[in-house]
Amino acid sequence: MSEHEYTPKSKVGKWFNDRLPLLTLANHLTDYPTPKNLNYWWTFGGILTFCLITQIVTGLVLAMHYIAHADMAFQSVEHIMRDVNYGWLIRYIHANGASMFFLAVYIHIFRSLFYGSYKSPREIIWIIGIIIYLLMMAAAFLGYVLPWGQMSFWGATVITNLFSAIPLVGEGIVTWLWGGYSVDNPTLTRFFTLHYLIPFLILGLVVLHIWALHVPGNNNPIGIDIKKPSKDTVPFHPYIVIKDGFALLMFMIVFAFFVFYTPNILGHADNYIEANPLVTPAHIVPEWYLLPFYAILRSVPDKLLGVIAMLSAILILAALPWLDTSKIRSAVFRPLYKQFYWILVADVLILGYVGAMPAEGIYLLIARIATAYYFLHFLVILPVLGFKERTTPVPLSITEPILGGSPNLAAVKKKDSFKDQ
Amino acid sequence: MKNFFRISILIALFFGFQFNSNAAEKVEYLKTDWSFKGPFGKFDRAALQRGYQVYQEVCSSCHSMKYLSYRNLVEEGGPEFSVEQAKAIAASFEVKDGPNADGEMFMRPGRLSDKFVMPYENEKAAQAANGGAYPPDMTVLVKARGGGVDYIYSLLQGYEDPPAGVTLDDGVYYNKYMYGNKIKMSNQLSDGLVEYSDGTNASIEQMAKDVTTFLMWTAEPHLETRHKMGFKAIVYLIILTVLVYFSMKRIWSRIETKV
Repeated sequence: MSEHEYTPKSKVGKWFNDRLPLLTLANHLTDYPTPKNLNYWWTFGGILTFCLITQIVTGLVLAMHYIAHADMAFQSVEHIMRDVNYGWLIRYIHANGASMFFLAVYIHIFRSLFYGSYKSPREIIWIIGIIIYLLMMAAAFLGYVLPWGQMSFWGATVITNLFSAIPLVGEGIVTWLWGGYSVDNPTLTRFFTLHYLIPFLILGLVVLHIWALHVPGNNNPIGIDIKKPSKDTVPFHPYIVIKDGFALLMFMIVFAFFVFYTPNILGHADNYIEANPLVTPAHIVPEWYLLPFYAILRSVPDKLLGVIAMLSAILILAALPWLDTSKIRSAVFRPLYKQFYWILVADVLILGYVGAMPAEGIYLLIARIATAYYFLHFLVILPVLGFKERTTPVPLSITEPILGGSPNLAAVKKKDSFKDQ
Repeated sequence: MKNFFRISILIALFFGFQFNSNAAEKVEYLKTDWSFKGPFGKFDRAALQRGYQVYQEVCSSCHSMKYLSYRNLVEEGGPEFSVEQAKAIAASFEVKDGPNADGEMFMRPGRLSDKFVMPYENEKAAQAANGGAYPPDMTVLVKARGGGVDYIYSLLQGYEDPPAGVTLDDGVYYNKYMYGNKIKMSNQLSDGLVEYSDGTNASIEQMAKDVTTFLMWTAEPHLETRHKMGFKAIVYLIILTVLVYFSMKRIWSRIETKV
C-alpha cells in the first residue's frame, strides 16, 4: 500500500504531517485501491453515510424547535410544521430519511449476503455492521416516539412492555425504563436524550466499520482475493467517488420524491392524533422497517419465547461468518446458494407483509412458517450447503478470465500461507 | 445501468407491497377531483374560502382548530383572504386575555396573531356537550385518518338509514364510511345550508368538497410551496445526475472496465 511511502510535498505539510498524519490519512483515502468490478450494489455504503449525516443535521435543527414534554411535544411538532421557516421540509426529510436509511441498509445487508462479504477476513466489519443496524433500530424506535402521537405512545408501550417478559426482574426493568408506572413524561424526556445520543454512537461505529474495511479492502462481485494495488483495482478517487456520487444522486431523486410528494405515506395516520393513554388504536403497528421482526415476535405464542425469537433473528446474523461453511464468497459461483438467497429475500418480504396484518388466521400461519424458514435458512441450510454444494469455477483475477477451478484457489492459497506462519 | 433498472424496480415493488399491506380494511370511498393532488397540485382559492365558511358556520360549533391562527388565513398558499377580511374575521371572536393590571382576565376582540378560538373550554366540556364523544380537533384531521381527504369527503355524505337488524342507541347515527358504521356526529350537511357569497350552489356534495379542501390546507398549509420546491429540486437533481453520469463515463473510459 502506497500510504506508507507518502510524504507531503510542502515543508509546512511535512511539518504538520509528522505531528498529526492527517495528510497521510487523506492520501490513503483517495488512493485506496478498490476492485474495479464493483457494481452499483456497492454504492450503498456511501449512500448510508449520506443518510446518517442527513439525519444528524436535520435532527439538530429539529431539536432546536422541539419540546420534549408530554404536554407540548405534539404541539411543538405542529409548530415546526407550520411556523418554523422550512420546518416542514426539515421534518419531512428527517422522517422520510429514516425510511430511506433503512431501505439503503437493507440493500447493503442483502448485498453482503449475496456476495459473501461477511466471510473471512471481513467478520469484524460485518459484526460492527450488525451493531450499527441494532443501534439504528433503537434510534428509529426512539425517534418515532418523540412526536407523541397515538402510534408513538402505544408503540412505546408495546415495545417497552417486551422487557416485562424477562423472568423475575422484568416488571422492575419496565418501571425503570418508563421512569414511572406507565409511558409518560419521564419516558419521553429520556427517549429524547437517547435518540440524540445514538446517532453519534453510530457515527463512531461507522468510522470503525470503514477502518476495518480498509484493512483487507473491499470484497467484490466475484468474491476473490485480489492483489492491491494491481490492474484489478482503481484508486478510490476519482473512480469510486464519481460512481458513488452518481448513485447517490439517483437515490436522492427517490428520496426527494417521497419528501415533496408523498411525505406521509410511509408513516401511520394515527400518529397525527395526539397521544391519549385512555384510547388504544385498533391496530398497533411499527414502522415498515421493523415489520419482519414484529411478525417473528407475534408468531410465537409465548411472550418470553417471542422476544427471544425476535432478538435471535437479529443476533443470528452476527454468527453468520461461522454458520456459512462455504469457502466460496460470491453467490455467482454458488448455484444452489443463489436460489436459497432469493428464497430468503422472499421470506423476509413475506414476514414484513404479515407483520402489518392482524396476527390471526391465515396471516398467523404464514408468519409461523416464514419464521421457521428464516431460522432454517441460517441454522441448517447455510451450514449444510457449504459441504454439499458443487460450486462453479472461480476466476483467478478480475482482469484475466482464467478459471482457477473450485474451490476458490486464491482464498485457499491465502489460508495456507496463514497456517505456515 | 442495467443494475439501476433492477434496483429501481425492486424499490418500486417493495413499496408497492408495503402500501398494499397498510390498506387492511378497504372501503370504496367517494371520488372527486382534488385540485391539490399531483406534483403540480394547488389549492382552489375560492374552494378554500368557501370551505372556511362551511367550517365556520357548521363545524366550528363543536370542532376546534387549535393549531391555526387568524393570520394564517391571509398567508400565501391558503385561502388568501385580504388582511382587512382576516382582521374582520378575527375581530368577530371574543378572546380571553389577561391578566390585566388589576389581575383580572378580560375579553377582547380577536387579532390576527390569535389562535382560532376553541368552541369549548376544554376536552371535558366538549365531551359533556356531545354525549361523551370528543369532537376531534380538525387542524390535522385529514392526515390523522387512513383514507385522508377521500374519507372525510365520503363520511360527510355517508349518512343513511341503518340496515335491518342494526339498532342504534340514542345519539348514535349510521354512516357507511365510519369505522364500525356507528358515529356520534349527526348528519350536518343539507342542501342550501350555507349561503355562499360567490353564488356557488351549496349542494351537500359542494359543501363536503369545499370543507375537505379547507381541511387539507389546515393540515398541510405549505403544500403549494412543497409541490413547487419539489419540482425544482427534482429537475435540478436530474440535470445534475445526467452531468455526473457523463463525467463518470469520461473518467472510467481511462480504463477498459465498463461502468
